[in-house]
Amino acid sequence: MKTVEGLYYSESHEWVKVDGEIAIIGITDFAQKAMGDIVYVDMPEVDDEVSAEEEFGAVESVKAASDLISPVSGTVTEINEALEDESGLLNQDPYENWIIKVQMSEPGELDRLMDADVYAAFCERQ
Amino acid sequence: MEDLLKTCLYDRHEALKAQMSPFGGFIMPIQYSNILEEHQAVRQKAGMFDVSHMGEIFVSGPDAEPFINHIFTNDIRVMPAGKIQYGMMLYPDGGVVDDLLVYKLAEPDHYLLVVNAANIAKDEEWIRNQSTGYEVCIDNQSDRWGEIALQGPEAERIAVDVLGLGEARDLAFYTFTDTAWNGAPILLSRTGYTGEDGFEFYAAPEVIVALWDKLIESGVTPCGLGCRDTLRFEVGLPLYGHELSAEISPIEAGLGMFVKTDKEEFVGRDSILRQKTEGTPRKLVGIELTEKAIPRAGYPVECDGEVIGEVTTGYQSISTGKYVCMALVNRAYAETGRSVSVRVRKKTFAGVICKKRFYDKNYKK
Repeated sequence: MKTVEGLYYSESHEWVKVDGEIAIIGITDFAQKAMGDIVYVDMPEVDDEVSAEEEFGAVESVKAASDLISPVSGTVTEINEALEDESGLLNQDPYENWIIKVQMSEPGELDRLMDADVYAAFCERQ
Repeated sequence: MEDLLKTCLYDRHEALKAQMSPFGGFIMPIQYSNILEEHQAVRQKAGMFDVSHMGEIFVSGPDAEPFINHIFTNDIRVMPAGKIQYGMMLYPDGGVVDDLLVYKLAEPDHYLLVVNAANIAKDEEWIRNQSTGYEVCIDNQSDRWGEIALQGPEAERIAVDVLGLGEARDLAFYTFTDTAWNGAPILLSRTGYTGEDGFEFYAAPEVIVALWDKLIESGVTPCGLGCRDTLRFEVGLPLYGHELSAEISPIEAGLGMFVKTDKEEFVGRDSILRQKTEGTPRKLVGIELTEKAIPRAGYPVECDGEVIGEVTTGYQSISTGKYVCMALVNRAYAETGRSVSVRVRKKTFAGVICKKRFYDKNYKK
């Protein structure tokens, strides 16, 4: 299982890359492996509000739907439209292919997330 | 996980690095490579499944025929030896104990009942409890049998050329024969659960392991339960616990053709007769979404803002790409062509009631 240094990780297997006040959010390698072939990504719309630890969409594999849980609160500024036609990108490279970008309203929420080493250890126990 | 049973092919699945998951009390392979490829292998060439988790219950004795006809919805009196029937065992209220296959064996008054893994213990108890007054021997041999399903348009060629089972060529759909492979007895059955032509092999565990190795060696794609479900779903075959259950009768599920109410007696007959005359409040239908969303089991089906039923199984069909499901809905809304919607998380998506077969079967008659 692959992790990337410098990202923040949630227990529900999303990652966050911070770019100023913008949080770029995706799913981890652990998540895409567990789900298998991803066939559909249900994303919010730009300007939608998201809240930390609440659902903001879902990733669907052939066999099941998995909720996407936002690691931070804020406003959606961008969605990755490439995933609408090619959701399998999340299987190919889950760290390169982000899902949404969020203008954070509470950057302090990042402190509750894990770093790459802690997350890797967390996945070991799953 | 330690309470889960392993099939005789467990080591083979581990060696192939299959993704394993609990199913029906067993730890089973869900996929080896990925569901899409395994699904297409079965539709286009051939794939094989470990279905050793299925239960094998033998019923024999002078009253075997009347006894099975008493607990089974189909009519086995018309069956010659070597023939197989599909049907259900019902509770008196018409709910389903299990759906199963009945094999009429060559030896007179001997039958094999093949039941769902999750229901083996429940079925055995049910069968024994119904047998009072019948002179029958009930022998649950589930842990002494392995089973492989070889499915797909190339299944016959593989059975004949790779396994040397020439008799496969002449075997009609839903018939079987006792034969030998590699010097060991096997039961060769032209049945399956994918909508494709194919065979199911029943034999002792060590024979099944050798058969698996031979098929792998010849390049047959190993397929997990993941695509077994997408395959059976596309051709509208029911799965116990989803389209049939103690709460869902075969009439509601549209399987009335397997319930022979012209038989004078069987458990559940009165309830089924009533359902046939009065109609059932619910009916199993197909729904095709006209918008992009995947309807999953348990999602509500709505019409004019009211909940009219729920999804029993749904996928983006691998063979057609369409977003489709089977759903149990209020009969008043069940006619083909009616506009309904399915609630997927926070939103509803438009759909149309359609046939619950989303892909045509390709059986060899």
